[in-house]
Amino acid sequence: MNAIEVVNATKIYRRFGHKRQFATLKSALLRGSLIRDLKPDETFTAIRDVSFTVPAGRTLGVIGRNGSGKSTMLKLVAGITKPTHGSVRVNGRISALIELGAGFHPEISGRENVFINGIMLGLSKREVARRFDEIVDFAELKDFIDAPVKTYSSGMYMRLGFAVAIHVDPDVLLVDEVLAVGDEGFTHKCLDKFAEFKRRGKTILLVTHALPMVERFCDEALWLDHGEKKGLGDPKRIVGAYITDVEVSEEAQLAASDARVQESTVAVSPDEPASAVLPDHPVETAAAPSNMFQAAEGRWGSREVEIVEVTLSSGGGDRGHVFHSGDPLDIRIRLRAPLPIEDFVVGLGLFNAEGVCCYGTNTNLEDYTSQRLQGDAEVTFTIASLDLVEGTYKVDVAVHRLDGYPYDYHRLLYTFRVKSRTKDVGIYRPPHEWRFSEGIKLTRASGGA
Amino acid sequence: MLRNLARLGRYRGLIQSLVARELKARYRGSVLGFFWSFFNPLLLLLVYSFVFTYVMTSRNDVRIEPYALFMFCGILPWTWFSSSLIESSGVLISGGNLIKKVLFPAEILPIVTVLANMIHYFFGLVILAGFLIWYQRPLNVSELALFPIVVLVQLVLTTAFALILSALTVHFRDIRDILSNLLTFWFFATPIIYPYFFFNDPSNPDKVVWQATLLKLNPFTHLAVTYQEILFFNGPVGHLKWLLVLGVISIGFFLFAYWVFDRLRDTFAEEV
Repeated sequence: MNAIEVVNATKIYRRFGHKRQFATLKSALLRGSLIRDLKPDETFTAIRDVSFTVPAGRTLGVIGRNGSGKSTMLKLVAGITKPTHGSVRVNGRISALIELGAGFHPEISGRENVFINGIMLGLSKREVARRFDEIVDFAELKDFIDAPVKTYSSGMYMRLGFAVAIHVDPDVLLVDEVLAVGDEGFTHKCLDKFAEFKRRGKTILLVTHALPMVERFCDEALWLDHGEKKGLGDPKRIVGAYITDVEVSEEAQLAASDARVQESTVAVSPDEPASAVLPDHPVETAAAPSNMFQAAEGRWGSREVEIVEVTLSSGGGDRGHVFHSGDPLDIRIRLRAPLPIEDFVVGLGLFNAEGVCCYGTNTNLEDYTSQRLQGDAEVTFTIASLDLVEGTYKVDVAVHRLDGYPYDYHRLLYTFRVKSRTKDVGIYRPPHEWRFSEGIKLTRASGGA
Repeated sequence: MLRNLARLGRYRGLIQSLVARELKARYRGSVLGFFWSFFNPLLLLLVYSFVFTYVMTSRNDVRIEPYALFMFCGILPWTWFSSSLIESSGVLISGGNLIKKVLFPAEILPIVTVLANMIHYFFGLVILAGFLIWYQRPLNVSELALFPIVVLVQLVLTTAFALILSALTVHFRDIRDILSNLLTFWFFATPIIYPYFFFNDPSNPDKVVWQATLLKLNPFTHLAVTYQEILFFNGPVGHLKWLLVLGVISIGFFLFAYWVFDRLRDTFAEEV
């Protein structure tokens, strides 16, 4: 038997009254638009033609980016809103953990609120009374249950809401990103409760951004994108596809910001002869900062040597901005020197999002002595294995004289992102392995990196 | 629509506990919570008693002595009516959390408002009963038996107004402001601080005064007059037939109001 059946559901939200926040009766009467103002004049499709079924006793995880229609889907299943087209059928009692404690009244005590909330969620008064102690225990609020709810902290409030909702004993439990309600201990208790639900053959619909939880916990995953079903099936496969998709769009975003940098680079580099460039050439974005390790992004230098373009790519492939930990990385720097230059150093640095320099080097430090640079040239810096932890990184690229006089300095203008299946921390991942002796045994999930 | 209406029956328990919660919350706010909620009608009562007994004495009439008691009979149900309307006009907006996050028929909110105010009115009746005993007013038991009918008619009428106002206020937020002004007019257009027979003398039925025609068009006139006839005046409840007409109209109006509410229901979760 199916617990949830959604057939070709479409939800079109209607917006009323463009150009004004609220209609007023006064203006409606004055303009004679009473009936017209009650009609929507703009629509927004939150869910487009989505179908899926959840057999009783299964757990479905719904994933997708912000604004992809996940919460709307949940509201449709909960019956809070009706689909514009199509149908939604749910067999059995539903409890929706959408907003915890939504019905609490601040002036009255926790005890009375438990009763009213329980009744609101579909229990009878007697059923609430029978579960009351269990609810209070679960919420860890024994000492405060007779105090008015307005005196509760937000954590207490949420815990009580969660406790009531979960003790409604639903056949179908709908959960919307509500696990962040308590301390570690409470979160574990919630997860245990979910596991117990699963064991007892209840159906769970889980909307979350916590992808590992979907992989571990759900029997199936539904991926929504802009209100459309993009995938449904094995959680590992769907989550993988989703992560890849997110990377692609992050790539596009970084490429766009990169394009802006390139554009401005072009805009500020007039094709003038180098002889006209004075040592104190007015800089476009920033003066050379006094403290090199705290500088904001920018570009400065005399332009006797110019950095025309910087591209990042992985293993000789196309230009990219999102790389995986352990991938090779090429940083290609195209230089142009209108007049021959003999004293130059090419350097670069990698910074993480906090501005910590993860690595920095230049040709001089690595014992190269400059001989000559003229016309167009290209320098490639290859990292065989990008052993960085997950995060966003920025690149400094510079050409300067041995004494530090800058020809062209690009400060934190290039961004790339490192993705990793392993959520390790720090700024650097040394190549490593684990070895275990006899007497210690561990198993490893196949999905691990 | 009818199915939704029938569904309301299943929510009896919820309505009950919400009404209880509403009253508790109201009386818990302050030590004198219960007293404060009657402060406004009592103040009105004092002011009008003073004005009509000592200032504008020209229209004094022995038939409405003691005047304070006469006025109290009308002001109590009016308070029920007017505060129900004012409160219910904002109830869907303030209860937006419930409509958006909990599976919950929205009409419960205005209904709870009306019922909570009704219970409140019943508390007021206790005070009124105290006054009646104090003045040793004779009460006719057969007239008192009609009392539940008046209350019922008023309940249907008030609920109808509450439904339609709460639904429309979601779309037109200024209804609340307009309403409070309108209710002030309405109060004076209702025979509460003056008796109905000023304009409609039963001893002289041929003399039709235009004010009487206007008063008859005001639905609350019939409620107020019936209340006064039952609780205050001696003699038969002559206004009963008007009350029954109003009852039928109220039921029709209630169905219309529920229909409007039902039509707009799906817009609430998106608009509040």
